[in-house]
Amino acid sequence: MSAVVTDHEHEHHDHKPAGIKRWLYTTNHKDIGTMYLVFALIMFFIGGAMAMVIRAELFQPGMQFVEPNFFNQMTTVHGLIMVFGAVMPAFTGLANWMIPMMIGAPDMALPRMNNWSFWILPFAFLILLMSLFMPGGGPSFGWTFYAPLSTTYSGDSTALFVFSVHIMGISSIMGAINVIVTIFNLRAPGMTWMKMPLFVWTWLITAFLLIMVMPVLAGVVTMVLTDKYFGTSFFDAAGGGDPVLFQHIFWFFGHPEVYIMILPAFGIVSSIVPTFARKPLFGYASMVYATSSIALLSFLVWAHHMFTTGMPVAGALFFMYCTMLIAVPTGVKVFNWVATMWRGAMTFEVPMMFALAFIVLFTIGGFSGLMLAITPADFQYHDTYFVVAHFHYVLVTGAVFSIIAAAYYWLPKWTGHMYDEKLGQWHFWCSLISVNMLFFPMHFVGLAGMPRRIPDYALQFADFNAFISIGGFLFGASQLIFVWVLVKCARGGKKATAQVWEGAEGLEWEVPSPAPYHTFETPPVIK
Amino acid sequence: MLLRRHNLGNNMSKTYEKYYVPAQSPWPIVGAVALFLIAFGAGNYVNEVTRQQPGFGGYMLAAGFVVLIFMLFGWFKNVIDESMSGLYSAQMDRSFRQGMSWFIVSEVMFFMAFFGALFYGRVIALDWLSGGSNNAMTFEILWPSFEAMWPLVKTPGGIETQAMPATGLPLINTAILVISSVTLHFAHTGLEQNKRGQLKIMLLVTLLLGATFLGLQVYEYIHAYRDLGLTLASGFYGNTFFLLTGFHGMHVTLGAIILLFVFFRVLKGHFTPEKHFAFQAAAWYWHFVDVVWLCLYVFVYVI
Amino acid sequence: MTKTRSLRWSLPTLLLAATVDATDMPLNMTKGVTEISQQVYDLHMTIFWICCVIGAVVFGIMFWSIVRHRKARGVQPAQFHESTKVEILWTAIPVLILIVMAIPATKTLIAMEDTTEADVTVLVTGSQWKWHYKYLDNDVEFYSLLATPKEQIINRFAKGDNYLLEVDRPLVIPTGKKVRFLMTSDDVIHSWWVPAFAVKKDANPGFINEAWARVDEPGVYRGQCAELCGKDHGFMPIVVIAKSPADYEQWVNGEAERIAKAKAEEQELLAMNMSMEELMSVGERTYTAYCAACHQPNGEGLPGIFPALKGSALALENIPGHIDIVLNGKTGTAMQAYAKQLSLKEIAAVITYERNAWGNNTGELVQAADVHAVMQGKGE
Ligand code: HEA
Ligand code: HEA
Ligand code: HEC
Ligand code: CUA
Ligand SMILES: [Cu+2]
Repeated sequence: MSAVVTDHEHEHHDHKPAGIKRWLYTTNHKDIGTMYLVFALIMFFIGGAMAMVIRAELFQPGMQFVEPNFFNQMTTVHGLIMVFGAVMPAFTGLANWMIPMMIGAPDMALPRMNNWSFWILPFAFLILLMSLFMPGGGPSFGWTFYAPLSTTYSGDSTALFVFSVHIMGISSIMGAINVIVTIFNLRAPGMTWMKMPLFVWTWLITAFLLIMVMPVLAGVVTMVLTDKYFGTSFFDAAGGGDPVLFQHIFWFFGHPEVYIMILPAFGIVSSIVPTFARKPLFGYASMVYATSSIALLSFLVWAHHMFTTGMPVAGALFFMYCTMLIAVPTGVKVFNWVATMWRGAMTFEVPMMFALAFIVLFTIGGFSGLMLAITPADFQYHDTYFVVAHFHYVLVTGAVFSIIAAAYYWLPKWTGHMYDEKLGQWHFWCSLISVNMLFFPMHFVGLAGMPRRIPDYALQFADFNAFISIGGFLFGASQLIFVWVLVKCARGGKKATAQVWEGAEGLEWEVPSPAPYHTFETPPVIK
Repeated sequence: MLLRRHNLGNNMSKTYEKYYVPAQSPWPIVGAVALFLIAFGAGNYVNEVTRQQPGFGGYMLAAGFVVLIFMLFGWFKNVIDESMSGLYSAQMDRSFRQGMSWFIVSEVMFFMAFFGALFYGRVIALDWLSGGSNNAMTFEILWPSFEAMWPLVKTPGGIETQAMPATGLPLINTAILVISSVTLHFAHTGLEQNKRGQLKIMLLVTLLLGATFLGLQVYEYIHAYRDLGLTLASGFYGNTFFLLTGFHGMHVTLGAIILLFVFFRVLKGHFTPEKHFAFQAAAWYWHFVDVVWLCLYVFVYVI
Repeated sequence: MTKTRSLRWSLPTLLLAATVDATDMPLNMTKGVTEISQQVYDLHMTIFWICCVIGAVVFGIMFWSIVRHRKARGVQPAQFHESTKVEILWTAIPVLILIVMAIPATKTLIAMEDTTEADVTVLVTGSQWKWHYKYLDNDVEFYSLLATPKEQIINRFAKGDNYLLEVDRPLVIPTGKKVRFLMTSDDVIHSWWVPAFAVKKDANPGFINEAWARVDEPGVYRGQCAELCGKDHGFMPIVVIAKSPADYEQWVNGEAERIAKAKAEEQELLAMNMSMEELMSVGERTYTAYCAACHQPNGEGLPGIFPALKGSALALENIPGHIDIVLNGKTGTAMQAYAKQLSLKEIAAVITYERNAWGNNTGELVQAADVHAVMQGKGE
């Protein structure tokens, strides 16, 4: 094998720089992937701790632990951290680790920029978290920061919030550019478009979405900044603007954003299910087309978050129909997964268990999404816990479960050791049961009329909320098992083979475990 | 799956160019610190300015820019050295080009947010405030004396201002930018045909045109603030006017700085007719900024 | 229900809690009391059952293969991996299902949006954190505030039946008539939601949205603000009482009379001077109801959002300035104008209170006449 750097043939063979500099200065996609994943895990715990504050306060009616203003900061920052700090970086970490290996590339296309995309993230969240300690507290206007609550009526931390979102945006855009260019330009010879693993496909489309919508988010936070500090009136009727304009621009970003958080998950599940069913993925081509249609449709549905803002009927109907249509390509995916399992020879290791749970629970979240899409019914659901139930099903048992599944699936490849299967199964079952205790009753609470984003509620909701909170604490505690598994696996364990899973196919399973520091120094040939 | 098993040992490196992966680099983390200083500094600074309190925000912001510039110098120096010592393959050149293209796509989307706001304000908000669509009562009860017009020289809240005419200065500026795109194109053909004289002169002319544009833009702003009462705070028309032209102006400034560095590199004899990614990227950027101006001229000034 | 309730009692965490008298929670969306709400309920149930059936089929097949097609049973995996026919089929069928759902949805939506030919029109204005109702056909208007005492919220007193869902002055509407609601806001976005009417409409500042309801059953209907509107978003309930047209008529007349009488009293008051005790006690009551949400019961505010009044220069020195900001608020901030919301007496009292409470010992009295003077522009 020849080396990566000319003239340094042997020096660079699997030679890792040592010490802190390895991580600060690195250009290696695996190091950067690891950093993204660790960062995401830390953020998941911080965001989760905030969710625990929320659940503790909602355990009983009445105000017990926190002030309403602090409660609002908790929901806001919980949402922001989970979305931008946990789920998105986790997917980016997986992309960094796996895409070059899956397509036979030496590294990401722009390795230094890759490092930059990562390192600005911790700073962005540092700023966001520091703002919580300002006088008046951190952002408290919801992760959707509707104007004018986030402009005229917000606290001094708004500027920090705005700039930290700018930085997150820069990071995501650079990360996305890197992914796209890597996939376009660094595929090994013979790795044609329709041979790419679905994880690569879904990430390609995700990256495209990111490039299209993150700048729009940057635009809208900029308008919030100027409205608050520089006297503009984009969102103020007295100056000829409109608060609803904010929502249009935000959701033009926001809806594609939720698909950014689910398309890579589809890719992961499409990798795992065939492996453990020992059968090729059913309908590869239709998976690719379905993903693309979901991405394209996602630009046409944003106003389903705004049915109650008073838009004209024609607009509401248009957005309702487009939103409903998304069920079709998503359904194709679900059916394809089921068809992949059909007449396979399945085993049920932890990654498969999480993938199966994903399919069922994500679909339940999808169904409630479809119900929300029905405009007249949305008038009753909107801004209640029914919505909270919907998006936690697609985000927690969807996105987060897929990330956990991916971690179990690829851990042996990353560390060279098998994880502890028994502990993993414990983690799975504890999570599965508690997560449903946590989020399923929210549907009922929402239908019965409990609004979201409230720190205190009417007495009729008391029993259910207590139950939900217990589910929440249990789910949080279950994640400690996960950390235990991770640490144990990183430190040692049964040696993993190159292929790891009996049914696994793809380039990443042909390199040894752990994958060498530089995987493909010359492009492999895919026949 | 769809991949067949193959032998990794089979050495195909002869037929494929090597992909240079830089070993380590301190610049990204320096850049991250710079962005942190800028964001945290700016976040504090705007509050200090609006509350008229003293504070460290301004200094931090300034320090951030210093570090950023330091980082850019260091990073680009590395890249230029690597490029000059022939480490970059044609494949890598493609990576850079594609990266730059997607970056420009993201910039387009940034401007789209503001064009979208402009469109919404003119077509929807104005109509609704004056009783259109399902907002008859909005007009009747809340803004009975409001008249819809564009440019919005009198807001529903009663702020009055004057509109910026489309002829005169803006038209001259449009011409300047279009010509600068053409001269830059000639500079590029000069480079491709190895006519270094044409390259240098045309690049210099482009730079001068860019600087003139910026000068005139500043003049126009002063005119708007002093004579027309058109300010950031004068309602939706002023908002979109200043934010669109302002962000465009910032992009012109950035583009001009990049071109300036390209110009210095040309003087030093960098770039060959075959390989000149930096020049190409700067040129794309400049043309993109030019196209933005054309849209802006049409939608902000003319219509 | 009973199961979860007994579960709650078994919890050690109950140590923290005040006594809670849980009423039973419905498990489903309300059918409501209007024709539209009934339609919405039916729509909801239709989609719900369709989803259940699809779910049962899809998950059924999935679990079947999980049970049957497992390696442990020694099966050999099949190798098929596409079938255009099946794939087209399972694209087409969902489209048909969606069309079936879309038709009733469209009909209901169009009916909901038709606000023409209303019998009564009410202008509903949200502000942080209360609702204001104004009947456009009569001279009746009033604010509607949360009536649950603070002590219940902080678990000092036992919580009442309608905890957080009770107001001092409910909205009253006639039964059997089409009531049109015009929604707007004075500050941030609120959303006026009464589940029993299936009405939820955002109250956007600077714009007016419309909705309507025709209620057939007399009764008391409760709802809540449904858009995050700042700190006390959770404490902004809505109560609507539907009365027979005759009772409604009587109520309207009574209200109009009450408002006129209050105005007359106001005039008399100008000539009178109130004592310190009286001012302080009315002032404290008013302060707690209207001001404490932001400036806090101890007058210290929330630094960075709501300024402290304790020790504030304005509250210690400048009387006309103090009166002015309470009367007219400060545009572009959360500080609202109270001229419309409070009587002269209340304003005088609350200002006196602010100048003499929490160590602000100016000893100064502010009388209704002083407030009136500032109102007339003769304050300086
Ligand atoms: C990963 C994130 C994710 C995903 C994938 C989705 C998926 C979908 N979402 Fe969700 N959504 C959110 C995250 C997500 N959402 C978030 C975070 C919010 C709240 C934001 C906030 O306000 O804070 C939200 C809110 C939200 C609303 C606004 C609710 C409100 O505020 O009133 C609506 C309304 O239409 C909606 C609809 C949908 C639909 C139709 C889908 C579809 O994509 C689902 C499609 C899937 C299926 C339907 C299941 C599988 C299909 C089949 C088995 C085929 C056959 C089925 C049929 C024919 C029915 N979502
Ligand atoms: C990917 C995104 C994501 C994820 C993973 C989660 C995860 C969780 N969310 Fe999330 N949530 C959002 C995205 C997400 N949420 C968004 C976007 C909103 C809307 C915000 C808004 O309104 O603006 C929201 C709002 C929201 C609300 C509504 C708040 C309100 O409207 O007032 C609630 C309430 O229960 C809630 C709960 C939870 C819980 C219990 C978890 C759990 O899954 C968390 C589990 C994880 C942990 C608990 C951490 C790990 C463990 C420890 C720290 C160990 C110690 C703990 C114990 C021993 C108990 N969330
Ligand atoms: C919704 C929140 C809110 C409520 C309710 C509220 N205020 Fe205020 N108040 C504010 C804010 C915000 C300011 C600061 C305005 C500014 O930026 O100058 C303020 C400022 C003031 C000031 C000036 C303080 C100073 O030192 O400049 C006084 C006096 C005052 N309020 C009195 C009252 C009284 C009396 C009431 C009740 C009748 C009340 N406020 C209710 C938010 C509120
Ligand atoms: Cu008003 Cu929420
Ligand atoms: Cu959406």
